[in-house]
Amino acid sequence: MIRFDTVTMRYAGSREALRELSFEMAAGEMVFLTGHSGAGKSTLLKLVAGLEKATRGTVLFDGANLGRLNRRTLPFHRRQVGMIFQDHRLLHDRSIFDNVALPLLIAGVRRQHLRKRVRGALDRVGLLPRERAFPLDLSGGEQQRVGIARAVVNKPPMLLADEPTGNLDPDLSFEIMQLFADLNSSGLTVLVASHDLHLVRHMKKRALVLEQGRLIDDFRPSAGAV
Amino acid sequence: MAAPAASARPSKSGIASRLVAWWESHLFALVSSLGRITARPGTSLMTAGVIAVSLALPATLQVSLNSLGQLSGQWDQLNQVSLFLQPGTTGDEADTLAGQLRSRNDVDAVELIDPDQALDEFSRLSGFNQALDALPDNPLPWVLVVTPGPATDGLSRVDLLVSQLGELPQVEFAQFDRQWLTRFQSLLRIGQRTSGVMAVLLGIAVLLIVGNTIRLELQSRRDEIEVSKLLGATDGFVRRPFLYLGLWYGILGGLLAMVLVSAVLLALGGPVARLAETYQSDFRLVGLGLWEPLILVGGGGLTGWLGSWLAAGRQLSRIDPSAKQR
Repeated sequence: MIRFDTVTMRYAGSREALRELSFEMAAGEMVFLTGHSGAGKSTLLKLVAGLEKATRGTVLFDGANLGRLNRRTLPFHRRQVGMIFQDHRLLHDRSIFDNVALPLLIAGVRRQHLRKRVRGALDRVGLLPRERAFPLDLSGGEQQRVGIARAVVNKPPMLLADEPTGNLDPDLSFEIMQLFADLNSSGLTVLVASHDLHLVRHMKKRALVLEQGRLIDDFRPSAGAV
Repeated sequence: MAAPAASARPSKSGIASRLVAWWESHLFALVSSLGRITARPGTSLMTAGVIAVSLALPATLQVSLNSLGQLSGQWDQLNQVSLFLQPGTTGDEADTLAGQLRSRNDVDAVELIDPDQALDEFSRLSGFNQALDALPDNPLPWVLVVTPGPATDGLSRVDLLVSQLGELPQVEFAQFDRQWLTRFQSLLRIGQRTSGVMAVLLGIAVLLIVGNTIRLELQSRRDEIEVSKLLGATDGFVRRPFLYLGLWYGILGGLLAMVLVSAVLLALGGPVARLAETYQSDFRLVGLGLWEPLILVGGGGLTGWLGSWLAAGRQLSRIDPSAKQR
């Protein structure tokens, strides 16, 4: 699904955020990306989402070189990748329903199918009764679940989450992670960046550990100790 | 055999459903942008008002010129030469000259205007009767109004006739009324050109007004644009609601301009009619016809669309979702 081949990423006028990074991630896998803040987790996610381009090396997504995306093809790549942010990035002047409907409008889904799919996604995250509410009426954990519903509503093959539990207490965090695991077991490829090592260990999934832009560990629970 | 047929069918219905979705998306943008305008009636009305004034100025000028153009059309038959005879010419002498002229083959008809009769008419129409009464003598000369014959078709031959008649000893001064008409028509053409230039300049003004309004709107909806781009919106999708917003502003401005032009014409109509009466003319300002409202509203809409397209094109490429996240 994703393949990084000796990828180096340097932002203009600053140090290298990623250094000669190589890894592979199969379709249907769920992988955690962990490390201290500034280790390059966000940058790695941005490369997969097509928000940034690698300075050197190649990033392949489903066999396609993301370095070759241009203004015209980039939007269609982004529709393949559901994105979840620490600050949710919901539109506060729109209802929960309208927020979740946005990716479908963008993808040109017909109105008659819209309602059913939005409600399906909201049901999946347990927020169907709140469809008429506005984001600021909801708690942090609920807002994050709206973000997840928005990311999965158009059924992308890949889900990216950047510190999705950064603002949540441990119980809620575990709930959100469990939701990702459920989505993964229904076939979605999931890549979650989180600095919460305790939570990551608890989930018993593969984890990539970054330090100063380098991959220092590729931890697989089935192969090693807990 | 079965496999290609099976794969062809969904793609066909896929195109149809995409077309419907595309249509729905445009309809949605059209309606929702109108909703944005009505949500802030004060601000929207001000923007539309500025557009309306910019459109109404050249439109009013154009409509007035159209009215004057009709007037010159009425006068197109005006094809007469006025011969002002030397002062002191008697009625008999004028009569004799008229007889001589009638016998020329390049003259169709000659009409005699008596100085007393002319003075009478002038004092009645001009309202200067007291001043005229104070004059010791009638200052007006005998006038012969000569209608050139069919042999003098074409301006150069009329010019020849006019110069020949002007050289007659009894004639002090010959005036071809058509020259005046030609000048009037040239003036009209200058007016028309001026209104054209004004229309272009004020069209540019409308473009800038809409462009600036859309730029502000884009800034206030930056979040929405960024999130849409993150979710895979194409530039066209992001631009669409703003284009329709510009379209609505333009249409609204055009409609308001129609009201403004009608009000101006209504206000001018009475005085113009009274002025025309003093010239014994039934000249009236013509109102907006069938085409002017269409041009105003259509032109307004088109300029609004174009203005927002220009503004959105520049602005949208600057809003990059990755920049903020860094």
